[in-house]
Amino acid sequence: MEAFNPNNGFMYGVVAVVVLFVVAMSVRFILLAWKRGTELGIDPSVLRKTAGSAALFTLVPAVSILLGVLALSKALGFPLPWLRLSVIGALTYETPAAMSAAAAVGRDLSTLITDPKIFAAIAWVMTLGIIPGTIWVPAFSSRIERGVMKIRAKDERWGKLFMSALFLGMISAFLGDVFATVRQGLRGWIPVFVMAASALVMCLCALCLKKLHWKWMEDYALPISMLCGMALSIPITNLVNSVA
Amino acid sequence: MDKSPSELAFRAYEHRVGRCWILTGFVLLLAVPTAICVRYDAWPPFLWVLKGLAGVAPIYWTIGAIEVLTYVPMLGTGGSYLGFFTGNLTNLKVPCALNAMNGAGFEPGSEKGEVVSTIAIGVSALVTTLVIALGVLLLSSIRGFLEAPALQPAFTYILPALFGPLAVVYISRDPKIAAAPLIFMLVLFICVPSLAPSVGVMVPVGALIALAAARILYKKGLV
Repeated sequence: MEAFNPNNGFMYGVVAVVVLFVVAMSVRFILLAWKRGTELGIDPSVLRKTAGSAALFTLVPAVSILLGVLALSKALGFPLPWLRLSVIGALTYETPAAMSAAAAVGRDLSTLITDPKIFAAIAWVMTLGIIPGTIWVPAFSSRIERGVMKIRAKDERWGKLFMSALFLGMISAFLGDVFATVRQGLRGWIPVFVMAASALVMCLCALCLKKLHWKWMEDYALPISMLCGMALSIPITNLVNSVA
Repeated sequence: MDKSPSELAFRAYEHRVGRCWILTGFVLLLAVPTAICVRYDAWPPFLWVLKGLAGVAPIYWTIGAIEVLTYVPMLGTGGSYLGFFTGNLTNLKVPCALNAMNGAGFEPGSEKGEVVSTIAIGVSALVTTLVIALGVLLLSSIRGFLEAPALQPAFTYILPALFGPLAVVYISRDPKIAAAPLIFMLVLFICVPSLAPSVGVMVPVGALIALAAARILYKKGLV
């Protein structure tokens, strides 16, 4: 039997099929939405700007996902982490899942896994750990949508507030999370400083939009603020480390 | 605000298309570990998989169900099928969709909002796939740069850099509604920092508090 290598052509081939499926699915839904947008009378320039802004917005987070692939590749090779971080997964889920599976068989993720049984066990745990999402959406999404539609149909103002409250609930949870390390001393405040810096850049973008009438800023303010926040995190970290 | 027949028909069509793609994807995903086992005749003992799953499945499956409840109304039909299948929801797809709806000036939950949300999520999935593919292909030349210690803070603090500007946009719109969940979450995470890895579980808690605050303020005519 052929020796197992997580980076072999077979693994790349298997993963390529799923990645191509993701590409096809994305294209299918973009075309579907684009056609519907045109039917609804949305200006094509708005749709083009949406696509451009989304591409810019994604670039740097995608690099951070690539870093996740690199981190997991030390133990699992490239194809499996590539797959897991391109379909359903996220780094916050996949690394603990791989660690949990490796620990269950008495291994860790410090060296390349070349035992196919251990590798397959990790692949199963990473897949089964996250796969229910593909069941929940078709099972429940239309019911959830009908519920939201009913709320909006009954009282439009309350429907809008309902959606805002959902967003604010999500944003509040993640903003709270940013403060989770503040009791660790000055270094624990770094995430808060980074958040404040990117928020400040967002305010400056809003100011440019309002005072200088830079209309294009409306589409790119969020990606610009995020990128500036990430860039500023480097001097902020260095500064805090030098005084802490 | 009643939905037009064409909107209802389109949503039904989107659900059919979405179910078809996501269930095919479900089968493909299960086919990957199966293919590895068959090709190398290496079926792991059931207990290994069970032990590994025991460490993650209870929390992941719960968070998965919670994410569906929370994010489906935000992303819309097409955006939900695509976003949930392509993953990286919280750190990429949801903020990307919010940014798109905000930039285009369409209400989340409206049909136009859903159109731009789906396009944004689709483009985001394509760009992510392209970046990872290029990254793996060009690995030998870029690895040193990407893993340079000087650059690491930028990737470590990506979520604070993302949620700072989002907070400016959404809190400035409804500061009265935002106050209650925000204060609750700040106090909670400062007092119980061990909750940080389970932030996904706290999202619906925040949403419930925000909904309660919104309802009270709405009834009193304050928003």
